[in-house]
Amino acid sequence: MDEATQPTLKAPLLFLSVLLIASCGLIYELVAGTLSSYLLGDSVTQFSTVIGVYLSAMGLGSYLSKFLQRGLARRFVDLELAVALVGGFSAPILFQAFAHTHAFRVVLYGVVASVGTLVGLEIPILMRILKDQIRFKDLVAGVLTLDYIGALFASLLFPLLFMPKLGLVRTSLLFGLLNAAVGLWSTHLLVTQLGPTRMLRLRCLAVMAILAVGLAFAGKFTLAVEEEIFADEIVYAKDSDYQRIVLTRGRGSFQLFLNGNLQFSSADEYRYHEALVHPAFSVKPDARRVLICGGGDGLAVREVLKHPSVQEVVLVDLDPAMTDMARRQPMVRALNGAALEDPRVRVVNADAMVWLQETAAAPFDLALVDFPDPNTYALGKLYTARFYRLLQRRLTADAIIAVQSTSPLMARESFWCITATMESAGLKVRPYHLAVPSFGVWGFALASKRDFAVPTRVLPGLRHLSDEATAAMFAFPKDMDRVPVEVNRLDNQVLVHLYAREWRRWS
Amino acid sequence: MKRRDFLAATAAAALPLACRPKHAFPFPGELVGPNLALGHWLRGGAFPEPERFEPIATLIVGGGVAGLSAAWRLAGGGLDDFTVLELETEPGGTSRSGHNHVSAFPWAAHYLPVPDRGNHAVLRLLKECGVLEGFDAKGEPVFAEEATVRAPEERIFAHGQWWEGLYLRAGASSEDERQYHAFFHEVDRWAAFKDRRGRPAFSIPRSRCSDAPEARALDQLTFAAWLDQRGLGSPRLRWLLDYACRDDYGSRLETTSAWAGLFYFAARKQGPGEDSRPLLTWPQGNGFLVDHLRRANGDRLRCGVAATAIRPDGDSLLVTAWDAVSQRRLGWRARRVIFAGPQHVAKHVVEGLAVARPAMARIHNAPWLVANLTLRSRPKESTFPLAWDNVLRDSEALGYVAATHQSLRDYGPTVLTWYRPFTGPDCEAERARLRALDWPACARLVMDDLRPAHPDLEGLVTRLDVMRWGHAMVRPAPGQIWDPALLALAWPFGAVHFAHTELSGLALFEEAQDHGVRAAEEVLAALGRRGESWR
Repeated sequence: MDEATQPTLKAPLLFLSVLLIASCGLIYELVAGTLSSYLLGDSVTQFSTVIGVYLSAMGLGSYLSKFLQRGLARRFVDLELAVALVGGFSAPILFQAFAHTHAFRVVLYGVVASVGTLVGLEIPILMRILKDQIRFKDLVAGVLTLDYIGALFASLLFPLLFMPKLGLVRTSLLFGLLNAAVGLWSTHLLVTQLGPTRMLRLRCLAVMAILAVGLAFAGKFTLAVEEEIFADEIVYAKDSDYQRIVLTRGRGSFQLFLNGNLQFSSADEYRYHEALVHPAFSVKPDARRVLICGGGDGLAVREVLKHPSVQEVVLVDLDPAMTDMARRQPMVRALNGAALEDPRVRVVNADAMVWLQETAAAPFDLALVDFPDPNTYALGKLYTARFYRLLQRRLTADAIIAVQSTSPLMARESFWCITATMESAGLKVRPYHLAVPSFGVWGFALASKRDFAVPTRVLPGLRHLSDEATAAMFAFPKDMDRVPVEVNRLDNQVLVHLYAREWRRWS
Repeated sequence: MKRRDFLAATAAAALPLACRPKHAFPFPGELVGPNLALGHWLRGGAFPEPERFEPIATLIVGGGVAGLSAAWRLAGGGLDDFTVLELETEPGGTSRSGHNHVSAFPWAAHYLPVPDRGNHAVLRLLKECGVLEGFDAKGEPVFAEEATVRAPEERIFAHGQWWEGLYLRAGASSEDERQYHAFFHEVDRWAAFKDRRGRPAFSIPRSRCSDAPEARALDQLTFAAWLDQRGLGSPRLRWLLDYACRDDYGSRLETTSAWAGLFYFAARKQGPGEDSRPLLTWPQGNGFLVDHLRRANGDRLRCGVAATAIRPDGDSLLVTAWDAVSQRRLGWRARRVIFAGPQHVAKHVVEGLAVARPAMARIHNAPWLVANLTLRSRPKESTFPLAWDNVLRDSEALGYVAATHQSLRDYGPTVLTWYRPFTGPDCEAERARLRALDWPACARLVMDDLRPAHPDLEGLVTRLDVMRWGHAMVRPAPGQIWDPALLALAWPFGAVHFAHTELSGLALFEEAQDHGVRAAEEVLAALGRRGESWR
């Protein structure tokens, strides 16, 4: 076999591997850009900085390639394996870093720079391997053409196929697997330049095995043990100082979970938030100063701001990680209409009960209480008589309060316990309910220091509530009707026990 | 791993290289009062006479709860001409409290069972403080929700995890359960007891208790012997009752009068078969009540002043004192003195008392160590969550109280108050042990005790301060409660009246207050200001 024939046989196949590694390289960049946009918001900044760091790191890699002298074929295979591992695991690494550390950006740019440097080494080394076998003008034309075409494939397939079908974590692992496969394949294509290949092939197989295991257990080991409870792909996961915040996406909607408990689905949250906000405004249509306790997702604020009388909204939510996400995360921000950026809105990150107890502010005309269900003592205190007394101290004499008060069907005693507790704190209470498909039948309580009539008129132009539908919410069918229950106080916290007992039946 | 944890871990790894002394802790702290040195120095002192004796109607020696309550009662009776002398720089005695940038916290006594409708003096005080909101339709007092202990009240650490409540139900046998109910059946029986005059066997304060022979007989044996007689040997039950003795009396089942052991449970019952009374508490513990009494007494309270001698002169008393702040001798000519300090101090200060009343030597006070740990954040845990009172079963200490529990703070920094009574039979030997502990030894005691439950605690503590109480609480040993000679220690000695919780044989806020009010009413009567009793 003469020297002229051999390359003509394998060169097209080597060009095919250029196409593949080019695709992989761009995928890692897109994964990093998308992931940081999801997690940090402001996609223009995220994509710009990721692309900038990535391309400059590729430049660094290209420059460094000149220091590699001997055994280039062997180096190339090792390089593929390194890219496979770092690039392949980039998405799980970044999700973990965001969820569990305060140094996400350091890890982000570190990973992007590492992958970029390694990818930058690939093409120069491959070209040097091929330089003696192909004429230089053909080599440059062929390699660069396929490099750019590979980028096109990646940039089209990523948003159309991989993101929707596989999600970020599996996409990055799949392309890592592809990189390792290119490495394995290269041990065949470059066999004449490699010397003994047995160990090298074993290494390739080992890396592929690691990535395959990663792919198989993507859900379990990348994000959390509780991933199994989520039906859809996790696009955002963060362990804040107070709770675990998870966003999942699928089937045309997305969902927010706190500590594994569904807070809203974008498909039907409008029903919940319209019911929480607008009946209160029907009773107090001229409300100017509004207090929202909880509701860090900004969705209640969105509804509040539909009322022209509102001049100031104070939102007191425990978790800055939650309100930051509501401001920045593109999907949530789009859903709340950037409500937290509205100049009328002031966000306070504090435990609402401690805030009510310890800080002074001008009285509010309307208060919305939108806490997670009382499944811990720390949440249960926010449903005590003491809480409603503290709240009243911060309201005008004819202010109106709306409280989310769990399901009157699934947790009937808990629901009526909240009503009874509010009454024990001196409030006139009118409970109501509606169906929110992703939750079930859901309940609220409207209350004021003075007696008031059931609202019969509501802001026009809402998606769910009409005048008739509003009035209908205040009628309770027999299986949800009032039951006698104890009042929830700080010193008994009966609601936490009731709630746990009632929901156990449904889980 | 959070960045903070990482930095802490790195620092912890690097520190040994910097020749860190063995067992040193990465946080500061100190031993804070009481002023052992001044107290003991006074005992030995022959003090020169002051230049003049200022005339005064009444002098109260001791600014603890008894002395402050006496002052509160005198002022309430229209008497203004009195002064309260307190040896320490802060009043309140064992109800003292402290505060820092995180929270107020107790230095010892930290709760009060809600008083029944017959405990008039405590009700009056709580009404003044805004804690008693009124009375319900049945005439029962209604207390502010924010002052009643927030649930969860208690948890216990055993078998490597936290459990709800103080009595460990997990793993209890049917015999354990039977004995638990048998014991509380006995308690209910005593809660229902009324003597011929209608007085209950157990009530707070104890001056309302029946002196019927069958009740007094309980004082003749130890709590352990009483349990043995009834075949109550369940280790869980005995642990619970021993804990109660350590917690309220600084003694053990074997050294506590059965009367006192039953008092702990029966006096707190709302009625036979009913729950125990809820507890009232504040972030600073009973320091909340002290703060109120202190405000009520205004500038009539002088801290850092120790009475050194009290002797009769004609129909009045000459009192000499030492002002440790200005380093001056002071003197008063008082018509009446309320001695509101412990008897072991009275015997050195009140001339002739030790000879006249030898029974006072039979009073024994248990020493305690109390530590306040300031934490930058809560320890990581996953079982039953942080409660108000957090008890480790396998510990000589009593566990800790979280100061931020009552202020509703469930996240972030907190202060934990850790309690350790010295329960050995010989109080004097236990006191010597306590005195020998320097700060590092105290800190080690605390951290070693809590490590099984909170392995990550050391990295969370920003400060650990320790109070060594030499005479924290009187021990109700068998025979102490109804000993006529001990009861007679509360009687006036000439123009000197006595008020202190140890005169009840039970270290409780209510007892101190009751004696303070009684002594003040004796003085008011002697000065011709007889009125309706507040008791």
